[in-house]
Amino acid sequence: MDLRRLQLRDLVSRDDNLLRLLVISVGVFATMTVLNGDRFLTTLNVDSMANQFPELGILTLGVMLAMITGGIDLSVVGIANLAGIFVALVFTRLMPEGTTGAAQAAWVALALAVALLTGLAAGAVNATLVAVVGITPILATLGTMQLFTGLAIVITQGYAVVGYPEAFLAIGSDRLWIFPIPFVVFVACALAVGVVLSRTAFGLSLYMMGTNLRAAAFAGIETRKALFKSYLLTGLLSGTAGVVMISRTNSAKADYGESYVLQAVLVSVLGGVNPSGGFGTVLGVTIAVLSLQFLSSGFSMLRFSNFAKEFTWGVFLLAIMTLNHVQNRRRARSAARVGTIATGGAT
Amino acid sequence: MRKLVATHEFVVLCVLAALVLLVGSVNPAFYSLGNVFSLLKGTVILGILSLGVLIVIVSGNIDISFTAIAAFAMYCTGKLMLAFFPGAPLVVAFAVAGAIGILLGAVNAVFVAFFKMPALIVSLGTASAIRGFMLAFIGVRIINNLPDAHVGFSRSRLVTLTDSAGRVVSLPTAILVYAGLAVLVWLLLRYTILGRGIYALGGDAVAAERAGLNVRGIQVFIFCFVGLLSGVAGVLHSTYMRNANPFDIVGSELNVIAAVVLGGASITGGKGSVLGTVVGVLFIVIIDNSLILTGIPSYWQRVATGLIIVLSTAATALRSRAEARAAA
Repeated sequence: MDLRRLQLRDLVSRDDNLLRLLVISVGVFATMTVLNGDRFLTTLNVDSMANQFPELGILTLGVMLAMITGGIDLSVVGIANLAGIFVALVFTRLMPEGTTGAAQAAWVALALAVALLTGLAAGAVNATLVAVVGITPILATLGTMQLFTGLAIVITQGYAVVGYPEAFLAIGSDRLWIFPIPFVVFVACALAVGVVLSRTAFGLSLYMMGTNLRAAAFAGIETRKALFKSYLLTGLLSGTAGVVMISRTNSAKADYGESYVLQAVLVSVLGGVNPSGGFGTVLGVTIAVLSLQFLSSGFSMLRFSNFAKEFTWGVFLLAIMTLNHVQNRRRARSAARVGTIATGGAT
Repeated sequence: MRKLVATHEFVVLCVLAALVLLVGSVNPAFYSLGNVFSLLKGTVILGILSLGVLIVIVSGNIDISFTAIAAFAMYCTGKLMLAFFPGAPLVVAFAVAGAIGILLGAVNAVFVAFFKMPALIVSLGTASAIRGFMLAFIGVRIINNLPDAHVGFSRSRLVTLTDSAGRVVSLPTAILVYAGLAVLVWLLLRYTILGRGIYALGGDAVAAERAGLNVRGIQVFIFCFVGLLSGVAGVLHSTYMRNANPFDIVGSELNVIAAVVLGGASITGGKGSVLGTVVGVLFIVIIDNSLILTGIPSYWQRVATGLIIVLSTAATALRSRAEARAAA
């Protein structure tokens, strides 16, 4: 009951920023379509974009969960790579060579379970440090980021682990009807996280903890337990991202996608997640990750270098933040004016 | 005396001493003059960057764009010096890099102090914009023919000694820059109104504002000062390497933050000292450089760094919780 009311109010007040982001995202898409002639809006490009963004998208969902509680998780990429490496080891060390058919499918299922378990275990390490020991999340996950990446380096000694069965590579290359599997995985994760955040008491408690931890505790929320679970969930999402990564690139490396860490934070903020906690929606983050993908693909077609992309991402983030800030301040000011008039009338 | 024992700096020093004894007992070469000098040399760049980060963290903010600023200042200064005053003394390079750093820091300051945007996000944006701009529009090629002043400084030595094995070991002059800046920041934080303001701001920003502090002014100073230190660190890095590689430095930001936090600065602001930071930097450098001496393969390095960050922050968290309980 309370849940619905909060959501409605939340939606109304956050609607402006979300709407603006949507408009900007459509604007970017339109601009890229115009600039690139008939190359941008092609099945080929849409397909490749739908294959590219899910990795970052799933990682961002994880970072968003941590940021809603007022924390952050810098170790997501480390977890993803570690999970990917364990999956790769299952195929290269454990699975007998020449396994086919149903046996192969069983090995793939086992490998997926290993990935999710790795994510959960790594998430449990973070959760223990943050929720039980009480370390500031940014520091705890800074340490575990080094730890997980370090373990991955120790296990692989820096080499890439390659050679997976067909049934596994299908995850990165096949499609469900017309949708690439990575895209389907992202949609499934987004829906799951969306349902958890907006339809469960646990989700509500995350928002409340992010808004005011002490008030949430006094309201009867078992804050430690909820915090613990949220980092577990982030670990699980990271493990999933690891599977998508290695099935797409066909190799598991300890230092793959290190720049994803800051990109995931960037996308979260762009999508309206408040880094001090309490705000953030799956929809916002999804639009943000899509608009960055449009920018990135569009610029690639225009033969911009990766560095020019990095530059535009930074400027894009600052521009949107400034725009939101100016708008919110204007609204706050007019709200304050209304407030003064109202109280003035009362006295 | 009890007060001394209870300080975080003291605890970190004890752990550091234990680490030194441990590494030294496994491999006595750790104590050799050559190794000590090379460790000290290794603290310079990380140390100067960490002094800037210390100030930001004490003020309750965070900055992760300082490495991008350092790389930008280093590379642009290299280009500018070669193009306009190849014969100028190194002081000019420091001035140019410092000015570039202050300008870029001012960009951060505008967003944080005037638009009241969270510094983590702002510096994420500026880091990516600054680095992207440099690599996309200024250049990606390593500058190998730096002016004579750079190369000359890289050869200048503060002390040159001959160790027991008859090898010549030396300490570069650059360490004086680090020492000087550390003293400067120490004086600033401890004995100036501005410094006290920085602590006040980190302790409670609202209270600081109500107490009449010029919060905006202090924040502008902080971010410009970080820029200045980053510029200086950038130039020193290029004299160390004898080239200016635009891909250098960026990527070490989390290491620097870890050093500052290991040194006892509270990530939520209001707490931190130069002494602690210097020790924290030494800690990180020893870990990074000494695993090989103990015979641990170098690929364990990140695991070790990670474990130390986790253990030391856990110790701090548990200690402050115990303190809070004792106070209650």
